[in-house]
Amino acid sequence: MSFLTLTNIQKSFGTMVAVEDFNLSATKGEFVSFLGPSGCGKTTTLRMIAGFETPTSGTIVLDGGDITYRPPNKRNIGMVFQSYALFPNMTVAQNVGFGLRVRKRPADQIQKRVTELLELIHLPDKANQFPYQLSGGQQQRVALARALAFEPEVLLLDEPLSALDAKIRVSLRQEIRAIQRQLGITTVYVTHDQEEALSLSDRVVVMSRGRVEQIGTPFEIYNFPATRFVASFVGQLNALPATVVDAGSGRLTVGGQEIRVSARIDAPAGSAMSLALRPEMVSLGEGPEGSNRLAGTVADVDFLGAIVRMRIRLADAVIVALDVFNEPTLKLPAVGSSITISFPADGPLVMAPGSEAGSGTSAAA
Amino acid sequence: MSQTSTPARRRPTFSWLGVVPFLLFTIAFLILPIFFLVVGSFQDSQGNPTLQNYLDLTTEQPATAYKNSIQLSLITAVIGGIFGFLIAVAVILGRLPRAIRSAVMTFSGVASNFAGVPLALAFVFTVGQLGLVTKLLADVFGYHLWRDDFFGGSFSLYSMLGLVLVYLYFQFPLMVLIVAPAIDGLRKEWREAAENMGASSFQYWRHVALPILLPSLLGSMILLFGNAFGAQATAYQLTSGTINIVPLVISAQIRGDVLHNPNLGYALAMGMVLIMAVVILIYGLLQRRSERWLRA
Ligand SMILES: Nc1ncnc2c1ncn2[C@@H]1O[C@H](COP(=O)(O)OP(=O)(O)OP(=O)(O)O)[C@@H](O)[C@H]1O
Ligand SMILES: [Mg+2]
Repeated sequence: MSFLTLTNIQKSFGTMVAVEDFNLSATKGEFVSFLGPSGCGKTTTLRMIAGFETPTSGTIVLDGGDITYRPPNKRNIGMVFQSYALFPNMTVAQNVGFGLRVRKRPADQIQKRVTELLELIHLPDKANQFPYQLSGGQQQRVALARALAFEPEVLLLDEPLSALDAKIRVSLRQEIRAIQRQLGITTVYVTHDQEEALSLSDRVVVMSRGRVEQIGTPFEIYNFPATRFVASFVGQLNALPATVVDAGSGRLTVGGQEIRVSARIDAPAGSAMSLALRPEMVSLGEGPEGSNRLAGTVADVDFLGAIVRMRIRLADAVIVALDVFNEPTLKLPAVGSSITISFPADGPLVMAPGSEAGSGTSAAA
Repeated sequence: MSQTSTPARRRPTFSWLGVVPFLLFTIAFLILPIFFLVVGSFQDSQGNPTLQNYLDLTTEQPATAYKNSIQLSLITAVIGGIFGFLIAVAVILGRLPRAIRSAVMTFSGVASNFAGVPLALAFVFTVGQLGLVTKLLADVFGYHLWRDDFFGGSFSLYSMLGLVLVYLYFQFPLMVLIVAPAIDGLRKEWREAAENMGASSFQYWRHVALPILLPSLLGSMILLFGNAFGAQATAYQLTSGTINIVPLVISAQIRGDVLHNPNLGYALAMGMVLIMAVVILIYGLLQRRSERWLRA
C-alpha cells in the first residue's frame, strides 16, 4: 500500500546526471528523509516530486495516479523552502490563506482554517503581522502552516531549518514532527544533517552522487550501514589503516598490533584494508575476555558534555577516537599517558581502503 | 591592520578633502542658484518685494506651459513606463539568451542618455517632412505621413504628438534601467511557492509579483515624469522653442528678447523646483517601501 512511489527516476541537466536509479515507496503518513552531502541530488529529487523539475526518465505515482508530468499547481503537494519564501506583501494570515484563496474558497472558510493553523503553529497573535516583522523561526513556522493550509496529500521540506540557529533548530524540528504525526501527512524531508534525519524519520534515504546508497530505518542505517559511504557519512567513524594477516581467521594488524574481527574479509594476506570502528564501540581498559586490545598513548581529551571523546595514538598516523559517558566517578587519563583500549571482535567493519571513509566525518581524521 | 584596529589614536587624516570640490560645486551650482531663484521670484524688475510673479503664473502662457508640460510628462511616463516595464520583464524573466539581456541593457543605457540635439535631429531625419521613413512610406506604400490622415488628424513632428514620440525614445529605456533591479529582486521561490499552493501564472502576477513590484513601478514612473518635465534641449531643437512647455518658457523669459521678464522666469522655475522636489520625495518613499519588502 505504497502512497508515494518513485520508480527508476533519473534526472540529467545536459550531460550532468544529478539523480540516477532512484526508487522509493513511501506509505501514507510516513516521514521519509533524504540525507546526503551537498550536491548529491536531494533537492533535485524533491523538486521532481513537487513538479518543478521533470524527470528525464522514470515515474512518480501519488495515491495511484501518475503525476510525473503534472504541473506543480495541479498536484496538491505542500512545500516548505529553505529560505521560507513568504510573500512579503501579505500578512501572516494572507500568506497562510493563499492556497485556499487561489482555490476560490469562501472567505469565512479561509478565515477559520487560518485561525486553526495559527493555533497549530502557536502563533495565533501574529495573524496581521508582515513577514519582515517575524523572526526566522516564526517565519518558517508560518511557511509550514501555509504549506499545510490547503490540506495537501504530501508535505515536502527542503532543509527547512538550516537558516536557523542551533537551539531553534532542535525545538522546531520536534514541533514539525509533532504536527506531522498529528495530521498523519506523508512527508519528505531533505537535510544534510544526519542527526536531524536520524531523530525525525521513520525511514532515511541516504544518497551520494545522485544515487541511493541505502534506504532504512534510522536504526538500520546507523547500525547496519549497507555501504562504506553510509558507514562513514552517518555517525562518527574511525577509519583505521589495517593490513590483512589471515583472511580466514579474521586476523589483521592495526598500527603494528594484531586484532581479530568476525566480519568477512575479501582480500588476501598482506593487502591494505580500512577498519571502520564507531567511537562508542571502543572502551577504556582491557574489556571482557576475548576483546581486541590495543596499546597507545592519549593524544587528547575532548570534553563534550554528556560524553567525553578521547583520541588515542596507536602509531604515528594511526589515531582512534573513543567515547565514554561522562559520570562524576570517571577518571580521565592524562594526555601523553600510556593506555589500553579494547573493542569486541564483532565491532568493526572491514572495507577496501578509499578516500571517502577516511575523510570528512571520520573521527580519526 | 593596526591602523584600522586603533581608531582612537588615528593620525589626523586629510582624506575628507576629497569631498571639497563636490561641496563647492553643489554650493555654486545648486544652493546659490536656488537661493537667487527664491529671492528673485519675490522681486519685481526694480528689485522691490512682490507676489506679482506668482500671481502671473495663472495668466495664460505660464498656465498653459504647466498644463502642456504635465501632460507631456504624464503621457510619456505612463506609456514609456508600461512599455519599458514589459520589455524589462521579457528580458529578465523570459528565459532569453544571456546575450539578448545585455544587449537590451546596453541599448537602454545609451538610449536613455541620448536626448537633446542629436535625438531631435535623428527624428527629423527619419520621420521629418523629408525624413527617410516618411519618404519610404510615400514611395513604397503611397502614404504621405504629413499630409494624409493620421489617426484622425495630421501628423507633425513639431507638435505635442511629435514630442511625445521623441520623448518616448529616451523614456522607455530609462524605465528598463531603473525597474530592472526590482524585477531581478523577485525571488524564484515566490513563484514556486505560489505555484505549489495551486496558483496559476496569472494569479501569481495578480497577487504576488505585481503587488511586490508596484512601489518600484510607480516610483520609476514618477522618475520618468521628472525626467520628461526637465528635458529641454530636445524640445528646443525640435520645435525651435515654439512649443509652450515650462523649461522653454523659462528660458524665453530669462534669456529671450521678446518676452523678457526674468522674475517671472524665476517664479516659473520655483514651480518646477517644487514639482521636482515632490517627485523625488514620492520616489524615495516608494523606494523605501519596496526595499523593506525585498530585504525580508
Ligand atoms: N537547474 C540545474 N541545472 C544544472 N545543474 C543542476 C541544476 N539543479 C541542480 N543541478 C546540479 O545537480 C546536482 C544535484 O543538485 P541538488 O541541488 O539536488 O543537490 P542537493 O543534494 O540538494 O545539495 P545541497 O545539500 O547543496 O542543497 C548538483 O551537482 C547541481 O549542481
Ligand atoms: Mg539542496
